[in-house]
Formats: sequence, structure tokens, C-alpha cells
Amino acid sequence: MADRVKFDLVSPERQLRSEDADMVVVPGSEGDFGVLPGHAPIISTIRPGVIEVYKGTGAPERIFISGGICEVSADRCTVLADDAVEVASLDRAAIEKRIKDAEEDLADAKTDLDQHKASTAVAVLREMLTAAAR
Amino acid sequence: MPSLKDLRKRIDSVKSTRKITSATKMVAASKLRRAQEWAEAARPFAQHMSRVMASVAAGVPRSDDMPKLLIGTGKDQTVLVVIVTSDRGLCGALNSSLVRTARRRINALLADGKTVKIMPVGRKGRDALRRDHGARFVGQVDTSKMRKITYADAQGIAEQITTMLDGGEFDRCVIFYNTFKSVISQVPTEKQLIPVAIPEGGGTKLEGDASYEAEPDEGEILAELLPRNLAVQVLNAMLENNASFQGAQMNAMDSATRNAGDMIARLTLVYNRARQANITKELIEIISGAEAI
Repeated sequence: MADRVKFDLVSPERQLRSEDADMVVVPGSEGDFGVLPGHAPIISTIRPGVIEVYKGTGAPERIFISGGICEVSADRCTVLADDAVEVASLDRAAIEKRIKDAEEDLADAKTDLDQHKASTAVAVLREMLTAAAR
Repeated sequence: MPSLKDLRKRIDSVKSTRKITSATKMVAASKLRRAQEWAEAARPFAQHMSRVMASVAAGVPRSDDMPKLLIGTGKDQTVLVVIVTSDRGLCGALNSSLVRTARRRINALLADGKTVKIMPVGRKGRDALRRDHGARFVGQVDTSKMRKITYADAQGIAEQITTMLDGGEFDRCVIFYNTFKSVISQVPTEKQLIPVAIPEGGGTKLEGDASYEAEPDEGEILAELLPRNLAVQVLNAMLENNASFQGAQMNAMDSATRNAGDMIARLTLVYNRARQANITKELIEIISGAEAI
């Protein structure tokens, strides 16, 4: 058995990561879980949050994703993300502005569908802000 | 025999045509590189997606209450045809050959007594099909404002399709687009979107009898996965078609530039001959005039 996890992070528009990692922490919709080599096979949906990739002894790489699906088998961990941004490149001021915009959209939303979309957007952005603040 | 002035005019006009075609070719060549990168960058996601789909679907027993996106409505009466074309022309036979393929399919379906609905994405396909099948159009997508094709655009189209499916407006959905093989070869492609064609045994092989544990559960994962899968398929089709368009345009403009060059050479030859004939004629007139005196 391999002693590292093959970690793939892809968004619809590009492949963001394809590398070996010691451990990957994924924000599953039922709670965060860490993936080490030999993990039981699991497929889980992901809530908006931060993926942490541990390599070597340094601090983990942190990547924010707005949602998606994660597939884990014994030696690999594949994350299909909707949208992914490195936490280091998040800008708090810009996010706060986007939250404000999204909240206005929410207030303006007329149909149920629009309302649902806007509230999801607000929730994702809030999560992004907490990620940036940490 | 056209006069010298007419010939000069024609040469000038062909020259300016050549300038336009060669500039268009250059623009297409530089856009092609980016379009190709986008199309290639989107491939890994689609691959992983279909693997995960196969893994999930293998773990779920087939039943009638599965999402419609996966198994369709169970009937095969109404077919939605999505046809992805470019907005602009000057790209050789790219759009017309795709439309021909699609039209043959549509006519075959109609001959079978099926109902056909058409959703054109892009201007050329819409214009080409409007006369024969305009009444079958359901919604259309204007891609002329999209400078870069994004996942959000594809999601919008996927949402339209899903809404129609939920409303029971069609039973099966196919998409037509040009696959980018190389700069000189683009292949008109037909692909079934709904029901989803899942490759047999395409999922990750697990050791022994192990199966995936699903969190929260298979049904909910499918509900998340399927709309994404649809959007990704649409995105892929659009990106492939965009790369095909740039490739075809570059090619068409390259040969147009070459043809213009040939034409200029021919016209210049005719022009010079006419000029010399004129000079000779004038000389003869002067000489015979001088001899007569």
C-alpha cells in the first residue's frame, strides 16, 4: 500500500492540484474528515469550506472551495469542486463587498428560485470570509 | 478587354481583401491557442466526473424512483436536440456540416413519428435551422456576449434543460457539437445527455467486495452529482466547439489569403500585358504617322 495519498483537485475549468500528500482534510457536508493512506472508500458531498493539504512537516496548504463532491479510495482522494481559491489569495475587503451585493440580491429576489440562489451565495461568501479571517 | 484603370481597381480591391483575411487568420490563430488550452483544461474534471458517476451508480440499485436526469422519463417520445454552433462565420464548412448532421438526425426522428424540440446555442445554428424547423425551437441561447465560456454559462444552459425535463417537456436529450481533433480536422459529434450513458465498469476498482460508503446517502449524492455532470457536458461541448471554430477559421482564412495572392499575381500579369500592348500600339501609330509624311 502506498504511504501517501494521491490528491486530485479539479474544478470544471481547470485542474488545480494533482500531487501526493500525507493527509488531506476535507469539509464534508456531515463534518470534516481527514484522509490518510488506506482510508475506507467513501463518497461525500462537500459544504463550502477549506481543504487542508498536509505535505511534509510544514504548515498545510489551505484551499477554499465553494462546494462539490469528494471521492476517496484506498490510495487516492479526488475532489470535484465547483469553484476553488487559495485561502492566501482571498481578499477580505473584496469579499465583504461581495457579501453586501449578494445580500442586496437576496432582498430583491422575487421568485423562490432566485431567493434560494441568493441565500446560497450569501452563505458561501460568509464561509469564505471566515476562511480568510483565520 | 478591361481598361488599365479597371484592372488597377480590381488589383487594389483584392489586395485589401487579402489584408482582411490575413488579419482574421492571425487573430484566429492566437485565439485558437487559448481556446485549445481551455478545452484541454476542462478535460480532467469531465474524466474524474464520469469515473465518480460510474462508482456511485454501480452502488445504487436500479429503480424507477431514481432521478429523471439519470434514467430519463422512461418514455422515448419527445427528443430535445441541443445544437452548439459558432456565432460568426468565415470558418469554412464547420457549421454547415454540423447542421447537416443534426438535420439528418432530426428528419430521421421525425420520420419515426417522434416529436423533436430544438435548442440552438449560438447564432449560426439558429439561423440555419430557423426556416425548416423554426416552429420546433424551444428557448435559445445567445452566446455572442460570452467572451470567455465559463462554467456559470454552461450551468445556466443546464438549468434550462433541467427545468424542461422536470416539466416533462422531453424524454431524451442529445447534444450536437464539433469535436476539436486538430487544426485541420473538426468532427461533428452527437452525444446523449439524458438519460446519462454510464460506461460499464468505468468506476474505480475497489479491492475485494468493498463498496463505497456514501455520505449523506447515495440519493443525495446523485442529486448533487447529476446537475453538475450535465453542466460539465455542456461546458465541454461549448469549449470543444469554440476551439473547433478558431481552428476552422484559421484554416479557411489561410487558404483565402493564399487564393487572394494567386489572384493578384494573375491580375498583375494581365495588367502588365495590357500596358505593354498599349505602348506598342502608340509606337506603331507614331511610326506609321511619321512614314506617311
